[in-house]
Amino acid sequence: MTDLLFTNARLIDPAAGTEHLGWLRVSNGRITATGTREDGPPSGPDEHPIDCHQKCLAPGIIDIGVKVCEPGERHKESYRSAGLAAAAGGVTTIVTRPDTTPAIDSPEALEFVRRRANQAAPVNVLPMAALTKGREGRVMTEIGFLMDAGAVAFTDCDHVVRDNKVFARALTYARSCGALVIAHPQDPGLSRGAAVTSGKFATLRGLPGVSPMAERMGLDRDIALIEMTGARYHADQITTRRALPALERAKNNGLDITAGISIHHLTLNELDVADYRTFFKVKPPLRSEQDRQAMIGAVRDGLIDIISSMHTPQDEESKRLPYEEAASGAVALETLLPAALRLVHSDQLDLAQLFRALSLNPARRLGLEAGRISAGAPADLVLFDPDMPFVLDRTTLKSKSLNTPFDGARMQGRVLATYVAGNQVYRREDATN
Amino acid sequence: MSFPHRHLLGIEHLSPDDITTILDLAETYVDLNRQSAKHADVLSGLTQINMFFENSTRTQASFEIAGKRLGADVMNMAMQASSVKKGETLIDTALTLNAMHPDLLVVRHPHSGAVDLLAQKVNCAVLNAGDGQHEHPTQALLDALTIRRAKGRLHRLNVAICGDIAHSRVARSNIFLLGKMENRIRLIGPPTLMPSEIDQFGVEVFEDMGEGLKDVDVVMMLRLQKERMDGGFIPSEREYFHRYGLDARKLKLAKPDAIVMHPGPMNRGVEIDGTLADDIHRSVIQEQVEMGVAVRMAVMQLLAANLATLRETA
Repeated sequence: MTDLLFTNARLIDPAAGTEHLGWLRVSNGRITATGTREDGPPSGPDEHPIDCHQKCLAPGIIDIGVKVCEPGERHKESYRSAGLAAAAGGVTTIVTRPDTTPAIDSPEALEFVRRRANQAAPVNVLPMAALTKGREGRVMTEIGFLMDAGAVAFTDCDHVVRDNKVFARALTYARSCGALVIAHPQDPGLSRGAAVTSGKFATLRGLPGVSPMAERMGLDRDIALIEMTGARYHADQITTRRALPALERAKNNGLDITAGISIHHLTLNELDVADYRTFFKVKPPLRSEQDRQAMIGAVRDGLIDIISSMHTPQDEESKRLPYEEAASGAVALETLLPAALRLVHSDQLDLAQLFRALSLNPARRLGLEAGRISAGAPADLVLFDPDMPFVLDRTTLKSKSLNTPFDGARMQGRVLATYVAGNQVYRREDATN
Repeated sequence: MSFPHRHLLGIEHLSPDDITTILDLAETYVDLNRQSAKHADVLSGLTQINMFFENSTRTQASFEIAGKRLGADVMNMAMQASSVKKGETLIDTALTLNAMHPDLLVVRHPHSGAVDLLAQKVNCAVLNAGDGQHEHPTQALLDALTIRRAKGRLHRLNVAICGDIAHSRVARSNIFLLGKMENRIRLIGPPTLMPSEIDQFGVEVFEDMGEGLKDVDVVMMLRLQKERMDGGFIPSEREYFHRYGLDARKLKLAKPDAIVMHPGPMNRGVEIDGTLADDIHRSVIQEQVEMGVAVRMAVMQLLAANLATLRETA
C-alpha cells in the first residue's frame, strides 16, 4: 500500500470545529500526521504526494440509513451500484437498512449481506438488523447473535413498533447487549394513510395529510420508554419543530438519545411537491419552511446530531403513479454533499459543523474510529471543491434507481476524490492529480 | 372569445374572465337544450372518451349527453371493469387510449392529482371530472351558472358551503371559483370534516350552522359519504342531521330568497330534509343538473377550438 501525502489542503476538522490550510499524511490506511504548513513536509521516497490546490479535505461521510435493495429488489439497487454511488458522493461508510425483502432479521441473512457487501462495494458497509422479526413489531430478533454477526444497530425502519410492551422488552434486551436501537418516531394511528404534511398545501392539493404532532407523539412515547429501560436510542429523523423541546429535555435529563434528519428535510419543503411531483414523496413527508429553518438551527446547535441521505431507491414504475399511490423515498448518496453544501453557501452552517453531522457524530454514535481527521484515524477521506457549480442530470447518477428530487437543480460543490483506508475509490474525471 | 387553456384540470388556474367566458357560452346551450332539436355539431368528427375510474352515473351521463349534442363520437369506458383489474398502470392506460387519437378525454379518478398526471401524457384535451379530494371544476362551473341565473349576478353574494368540506372536491373547486368572483364564502361543518388551515383560503369557518347561515344568499349542501360515517368523523347520522342537516327551520336564518343547492346524489334526512329538497321555490337542485349539460358543452367546445388551433400550428 502506497503512503499518501496530501498538501495544500483545506482541512476540515469537525472534532476541533476548525478548518485551515495544511497537510495530511496517510500510511497503511491510517492518518499518521497532520500539520498546518501549506506546502507540507518533504514527501518521503515511497510517498505519493497529492496537491489539493486548496480544496477541502474532510473525513468521509458516514451515512446511517442507506437502503440497498439486496436481497429482493436488486434491480433497484445492488451493493455494487450503491457502493459506487457512495464513493462518488464522498460517502466512505454506508450503514445499511434491514427493510429489504425479506427483512434482515436473522444472523444468516446478515451473513449474506456482509458477504455481498465485501465482494461488491468499494466503501465500508456496516449492516443494521431488524429489531423485530419481519419488522412486524411482535417478536424481537436475535439481537445477541446479530451483534456477533456484525449488526451495528437495530431498527424496524419506518415500521413503528406499536405494542409498547414489545418495544419496551426489545429496548431492555438491547440495552443488556449494549445495542443501539434506531426508531422512526411517528404515531402510527395519526399518520395512517398520509401522503403529505397537513396544512394549507395538503388542503390545496386535496391530499391526505398528517399533523406534525404525530412525530412529537412518537418521540414522546419513545422517550418515556428509554427513560424506563435505559436503552441506547437514536431517532432516525426528527423533522418538525414541535418535537425539538422534548428532544432537548431528554438530552438534558441524561438519556442516551441522539437524533438524525435526512438531507431532504433540510433542503426542501412541502411546497416542492408542487403539482404532485412524486420524486418529492418521502417518509416522513416534507415539512413547512418554518420547520425546515428550525431543523437547520437544530443541526447547527447540535441538538440534531446526524444528517443522513435516507437513500431509498425506487424504480420509475413505483413513482409514475398518482401521488397517494406512489412509493416513498429518494436516492441521495450522490447528492447528499452538494445538497448539504447549500446550507454552507447560505451561511447557515460552517463546514466543520456540517461534517460534525455528516461524519463525526455518526462515527461516535456507532463507536467507529472514522469520522475524524486526526492521527490514528482510518484514512477515510473526501476531497471536494465546495464551490464548483453544476446542474444535476439524474441520468449521470451511478445509482441503479434515479429517483432524485434534485434532477435539473442547480447545485454547488462536487466531490473530486474519495479515499477508503487510504485507497482511492473514486476520482472525478476532470479533477487534477 | 379567448380561453387560454389546453385542459380543464381545475378552477385554481382559471381567471375570472375565463370563468365568465365559459358561463356566457353555456347560456346559449341552455336555450338550445330546451328546444326539441338539440344539436349543434361543433364537435362533429371528434372523439370523446369518458374514463371513469370511480363510479358515477350523473356526471358521466351529463358529459355523454353534452358530447352527443355537440356531435362528438362518445365512448364510455368503465375503468374498474377493464384493464385496471389486470394491473395496467394509469399511464399505460392513458398511452393506449392516446394511440387511438381521441380529442377529448373526460377523466374521473379516486386519487388527487391523477388527472394532472394523465394530462401530461396525452395529446388531446383533458377534462377533470373529479380527482380524489382535489377538484371537480365542471361542478363548480355549473353551480356558478345556476347561481348567476337565480340571483342575476355572481359577485358580492354570501354563499354558505355546508357539510363534509374536508373530503369534498366540489367544495374546493367552489371555494376557488366563488372567491375569484369576489363573493363571501362561509364554510359550515363539524371541525372533524374541515380540512387543515382552510381559514387561509379567504373563507369564514363556522361550527354552528345557525350562525353560519345568517343572511346568506346561497346555501350549498354537500353530500356526506357513507364511508365518512364509518371512519368516525361524526357520531351518527341522526346527530349529524340534527346539527348540520338543512331543514326549513335552519333555512329561515338565511335571506328570505336564499336558494338551496346540492351536487347530488342526496342523502335525504342526513344532510338535507327531503321536503325542502323538493321545494321548487327554494331548491335549485334540478336546475343544477340542467346547467351541468350546458356548462360541459361550453367547456368542450372551448377546449376543442384550442385543440384545433394547436394542431394547425403544430
